[in-house]
Parts: sequence; C-alpha cells; structure tokens
Amino acid sequence: MDASGTDRDTGAGAGRARAALVAGVRGLALAVVGFAGSLTLFVLSALSIAFVVLGVGVFTTPPVLSLVRSWANRRRVLAAEWSGVRVPAAYRPFPEAPRTGVMGVVERCRLMLGDPATWRDLRWLLADMTAGFVTALLPAVLALYPLEGYALAAGLWRVVTDGTHVGWWFGFVPVGGQGSAFLAAGLATVLLVAGFFLAPALLRVHFLLTRAVLAPASGELAARVQVLTETRRDAVDTSAAELRRIERDLHDGAQARLVAMGMDLGTIEALIEKDPRAAKEMLARARRSSADALTELRDLVRGIHPPVLAERGLGDAVKALALRLPVATDVDVDLPGRAEAPVESAAYFAVSEVLTNAVKHSGADRVRVGLHHSGATGVLRIAVTDNGNGGARVGAGSGLSGIERRLGTFDGVLAVSSPAGGPTTVTMEIPCALS
Amino acid sequence: MRVVLAEDLFLLRDGLVRLLEAYDFEIAAAVESGPELTKALAELTPDVAVVDVRLPPSHTDEGLQCALAARRARPGLPVLVLSQHVEQLYARELLADGNGGVGYLLKDRVFDADQFVDAVRRVAAGGTAMDPQVIQQLLSRRAADDTLGALTPREREVLELMAQGRSNAAIAAQLVVTERAITKHTSNIFLKLGLPVSDDDNRRVLAVIAYLDQGR
Repeated sequence: MDASGTDRDTGAGAGRARAALVAGVRGLALAVVGFAGSLTLFVLSALSIAFVVLGVGVFTTPPVLSLVRSWANRRRVLAAEWSGVRVPAAYRPFPEAPRTGVMGVVERCRLMLGDPATWRDLRWLLADMTAGFVTALLPAVLALYPLEGYALAAGLWRVVTDGTHVGWWFGFVPVGGQGSAFLAAGLATVLLVAGFFLAPALLRVHFLLTRAVLAPASGELAARVQVLTETRRDAVDTSAAELRRIERDLHDGAQARLVAMGMDLGTIEALIEKDPRAAKEMLARARRSSADALTELRDLVRGIHPPVLAERGLGDAVKALALRLPVATDVDVDLPGRAEAPVESAAYFAVSEVLTNAVKHSGADRVRVGLHHSGATGVLRIAVTDNGNGGARVGAGSGLSGIERRLGTFDGVLAVSSPAGGPTTVTMEIPCALS
Repeated sequence: MRVVLAEDLFLLRDGLVRLLEAYDFEIAAAVESGPELTKALAELTPDVAVVDVRLPPSHTDEGLQCALAARRARPGLPVLVLSQHVEQLYARELLADGNGGVGYLLKDRVFDADQFVDAVRRVAAGGTAMDPQVIQQLLSRRAADDTLGALTPREREVLELMAQGRSNAAIAAQLVVTERAITKHTSNIFLKLGLPVSDDDNRRVLAVIAYLDQGR
C-alpha cells in the first residue's frame, strides 16, 4: 500500500517535473521568437501607418496589419493550448461583398485603422516585446538556468577560472573555485525547486498579461450591451404598438366595412325581386363600402410598408413621398444599391417623419433631401434641410426623439442643427451595406 | 379590339377577362408574369395592353417596367397600367415620352365598368386616362398657386376632368351641361393658364398635366 502510494507520488512528481521543463522550454521559445516577431511587426506597422499619409501606406498597411492579426491569433491559440487562458478576439467584420481594386484596398485600410482592436494589437506588440518578454523568460530561467549551476559544480568552473579569481557569476553567486561552484549548485537547486512548483504558473502569467492587453476592455462591452438592451426594448415596444394600431385600424375600418357589405348583399338578395329599386340603391351603397374599404386598406398598407419602397427601393420611395408633399421638395439620391429591407423601412419612415415635421412646424417653402451611401465608410447618410423658422430640438416632444430611438435599433444616429430663424438640417446616419 | 392582359391574381385576371369580353373586347392573351407579358406584347401586337404594376417573378414594379420597355420598342403602344396604389412618380414615367396612349388607374376604378371600359377605349385610341387621385394630388400641391386660384370652382372641376383625359363630350355628360358650355370653360382655362389652345384632345390633356406637374 505504501509502495503504491510512493509510486503515485513519484509519478505525480515526474509529471510535474516534465510540466516545469516543458513550461521552461516554451517560455524560452516564446521569449526569443515573441520578442523578435513582435519587435519586427511593430516597426513594420508603425512605418506602414506613418506612410499612409504619403499614400504608399494605404497599400502596405492592410497586409501588415493582417500579419499582426495572425501573429496575435497564433498567441491566442498558444494561450489556450498551453495555459488554458482564453483571449477573446473582437475584430470588426469586413463587408460580405468587399470591393475589388484600389477602392477595395482603401476601404480595407480604413476599416482596419478604424477598428479599436487594431490599436489594441499594436499596444500588445509593445507590451509583448517588453513585459511579455520578461514574463516568458522567467519560467525558462527557473527551469533551465539551474542546469548551468550543476554543470559549474560538476567541473565546468575550471573552464572559467583557475581558482584564484572570480571568473563567472551564477546569479548572484561569484564562482571562483569548487566551493563557490557548489554554492552555485545550491542556488541552482533552490531555483529548480522554485521552477518545479512555479514554472507553469509563470508561463500562465505571461498569457494573462497577453489577455489583459489584447482582450477588449470589459467597459466597452458593458456599454455596448447597455445600448443593445435599450434599443432592443425600444424596437420591441415600437413594433408591439404598431401591431396594436394595425389591429385597431383593421377592426374598425376595412373589417367593419366588409361586414356591412355582406349584410347589404344579403338584403339585396332578399329585395331584388320584391323591390328592385331599393335593391339597386343598396347595391350602390355596397359598392361604395367596398371602395371605402379599399381606400382604408391602401392607407394602412402605406403605413406598414409603402408599395413604392417594396417595388423601387429607398431612393424612389422618398421621391414619391416628396411628390405628395404640399411643399416643394428636391430629392437628391446617390445610392448604388439597395439596403436590407428593415434598414430601408426604418430610413423611409424616419425621412417621412422628418418631412412631416418640416411641413407642419417649420413654415418652410423649400425642402431638400439628400440620400447618400458611402462605400468607404459603409454609412447611409440622410440629410433633410428646410428653409423654415428653425428651433427644432430633439426631445421637445417633436417626434425627433422617436426617430432617434428607432434608428438606434440599427446603430443609427440623428443630429439636428436648427438655430432660431432657420435653416433646419436633420442628419441621420445608419451603418449598413448595400447589395 | 385585341387586348393583352397581365395580372397575377387569378380572381382579378378572370374578372377582367369576363368584363372586357362582356364589352366585346377580344382577349389576345391573359398572362400572369413579366416575362410572359413581354413575350405577348412583342408577338401579338395588341391594340391595347392592360397591365398590373406588380407582377411576378420579382413582385416589384415589373409590369410597369415591361410596359415602358415595350413602349420604347414600339412608341405609342397603348398601355393602361393598373395598380393598388397610384404614384405621381410612375405617372410621370408613363407620360415622359409624350406619345400618349397611356393610362394609369387604381384597380378600384374597375368597379365602374362603363367608365373603366371607356378609359381602355380612350387609351387604345391614343388618348390618356389618368386616375383622379393622381390629378387631385397634382392640384392639391398647387393649391396655393395664384394662377389656379384665378379659376372659378366650375373651371377647376372641368380642369380636373380634363386632366384625367376626358373628352369635352364626356365632361359635359358627367357635369350634366352642354358640350358648348364645356368648350367655353376649357378655352377660359387655357387662357388663364396661358396655355396654347389646341383642338387635339390628347395634346390638350398632356399640356394640362405638364402644366400641373411643372416646377417640381
């Protein structure tokens, strides 16, 4: 029983020793390769980004930063494999259908430089070649350095000194003969014992440091979660309210009219032979009811999803909207494709509401709407300018805050410039891709 | 008179076929999609096409696009476009070539069979049939216009019907007055709006619509 216990202890000890040795070797490799790689990449990145000003950098930066990313990703994999430290990556995605040619390169460069994760990567390169180097070296020192101490004690001291002077330092031990070489061996033992227990933990420290620098700040994520929670609640509230409104409109409108029509038709059936004149009158009424029901349904449909929007997309839908306004409205559209349906719909109703506001409250006699999508920034930008009295504000019960909330669902923003006396410009931006 | 009909909903297509046949039209083809419509318009050379704006397979404004393309290939090909909603944007596109033979009506207008068939005949004859809603939108947007303000209520009424594409005789019948009275009203209107007087009904309609639509 005792023997087997000892065996187990020996087995565990051997495993531990192997782990310490492996950690040491890995630490050494990390320190050497990591230092060289991080230093090279940092210098390359810094040069490339500096050359963006000259134009050349625009072409070199994406590949260099891609290298940095794969370098960082390699470290993420090692962190997980060697020490079980998970370092989350949070690079922003590239557009699904990237552009080709020069514009594609420019867009890629801009996206990469605009990504906070890129700057975190660069910060990490600096940390990796300094603090990272030291923390990777420590387990290596504890696991491998003692070998030198034993080698000195075993006779290697003769190579560095003839015994009359200090020819070598092992740590803080001056080696000047066999005696001090034994002292070095003692220190080596202390280091070895320390390494035996600490080397894997120290390697883990290196990866924890990596995580501290490389992982997205939790504050950033918390803020994002907060925004998402709010906008999601707004979106759910808005759509629930919309559904209630549609239900009420159908119930009191078209549905009621169809009931009345069915009733009239029943009466007509009964009257048609007895009193053809009255039947004819009721027929006319039934036809009017059906026409009214159609008109109501049409208005309702326009409020849910305007048919032009479905048929032609945002640009023409806003043009059609402008044609319905009592105020002269110029629409300038520069959209190379169509956004996703929910974005189009949100943008349309936002424009619709801003225009309604302008017509109702501003006293303007001229309105301009600009719709532009920039492929470089991936943002749909809508500007509505009127020459009215100004004084429009977000949150003054103006409906603008409602628009702001609904755009929030798509990470869109709204800005109002409306000095007293006008003009008023409402600018909305929604990040989206066109297809 | 040979008609090509494009409407994707079976009930409506069937109803339109029955209605037109009851009024002695010959249905050359009744199709349900954009590609079929394009083919029918090219091969059957109908006297008039009655087309739903929204057609499969895309379920966008495919019917309108097919009609516009067919008119580019064969200028003046009479086309009456039907829709669940009317948009000035589409009306403009239909009128843009100035060739006439264009109609644009809400589907509801089919309820009044006589008027609807009258519109189809008018379009087939190279005339115009604009939905009252389109014309009302044009008029309401120019409500503050001084020139239009100078018209008497009766003249405004006549202008509205004229812009829809009705002939003097039809306007007279609708307003229950003599045709001579209408002729007098129309010349007054043209004078007040500063438009050149024309005997050609179609030219007259297009001039009025263009006048109402200008400045936008």
